[in-house]
Amino acid sequence: MQWRNTSRNYGLTSILLHWIGALAVFGLFGLGLWMVGLNYYSSWYRTAPNIHKSIGILLFLLMLVRLLWRFLSAGPAPLASHGAAIRLMTRLGHGLLYLGIFAVMLSGYLISTADGRPISVFGWFEVPALLTSIPNQEDVAGLVHEYLAWGLVILAGLHGLAALKHHFIDRDPTLLRMFGRADA
Amino acid sequence: MLKKTLTALALGSALLAGQAMAADYVIDKQGQHAFVNFKISHLGYSWLWGTFKDFDGTFSFDAAKPEASKVSVTLKTASLDSNHAERDKHLRGEDFLNVAKHPTATFESTSVKSTGEGTADITGNLTLNGVTKPVVIAAKFLGEGDDPWGGYRAGFEGSTTLKLKDFDIKMDLGPASQTVDLIISVEGVRQ
Repeated sequence: MQWRNTSRNYGLTSILLHWIGALAVFGLFGLGLWMVGLNYYSSWYRTAPNIHKSIGILLFLLMLVRLLWRFLSAGPAPLASHGAAIRLMTRLGHGLLYLGIFAVMLSGYLISTADGRPISVFGWFEVPALLTSIPNQEDVAGLVHEYLAWGLVILAGLHGLAALKHHFIDRDPTLLRMFGRADA
Repeated sequence: MLKKTLTALALGSALLAGQAMAADYVIDKQGQHAFVNFKISHLGYSWLWGTFKDFDGTFSFDAAKPEASKVSVTLKTASLDSNHAERDKHLRGEDFLNVAKHPTATFESTSVKSTGEGTADITGNLTLNGVTKPVVIAAKFLGEGDDPWGGYRAGFEGSTTLKLKDFDIKMDLGPASQTVDLIISVEGVRQ
């Protein structure tokens, strides 16, 4: 399979970025939900949040690459069967997903760095605190992070359902393209 | 006639001078010469210190009649600071102080019992995390007098130990951390 997108299919780069991103988003959501319920004496009490933050930062880097790639390699052309309304909803939905992911990551970052402490990514490198002057920063960022995460996961779920709808009901190549199999 | 009046006045003042008057003080929030600190054991291996940064209070105090003293403090529970954003966020949440539901904690003294020269036990009602219980603060009078800027001040230190469970604090931090010590130091400006 080729790295670049074609007019009918996504290429390997986009495919990897998309599915790794999806795995990370849903994985982080589940991990986040589970870790806040942990008891003080659980052996995961400190480990789980460290993993959550580390993957979150790596996801941020992945999303930056993804944004860059999106501008360097345009995606496949919209399907002929997709009218103006669908194209608009698509752009809106995808745009909201991008915004949502970045907003969740930013708010998460602002929780942990509110006191000036950096975030360590698996002990490989540290991300310094850049903004610490928001009043009640860790609390406000915490609420935003929690609510947006739910919103994002619900939206992503709808996104997945929409893909399945296109595949099974409309019987068009939308989902196949995201596997690079639209010409199969 | 004038001499008698002056003598009476002089005698009267001399009598009064030996007696401090009961006075009302406002805890010095403007200069923040007041601290409500807490310490709790971490796993039995070290002390974890924190402070409540935002509180107001008043006290009335008479060195000659300490048992007539009164104290009243209201603090904003969200103002806690233990120098760690993630921990502070957790402390403000439902596992601990639930500050969204209980934004203030208050202490109102109900009686003061002298326990020695300059020390007293102050009994009062502490409302924390929505629960009101009587507590006793072991207090020590540190001093009083004029300040260089035209005011008059008096200061105290006090401490008490609270059981987390007594105030419905849900999180169990282990056997070494069932209680938290409050260590208080306040200076009041006489009104």
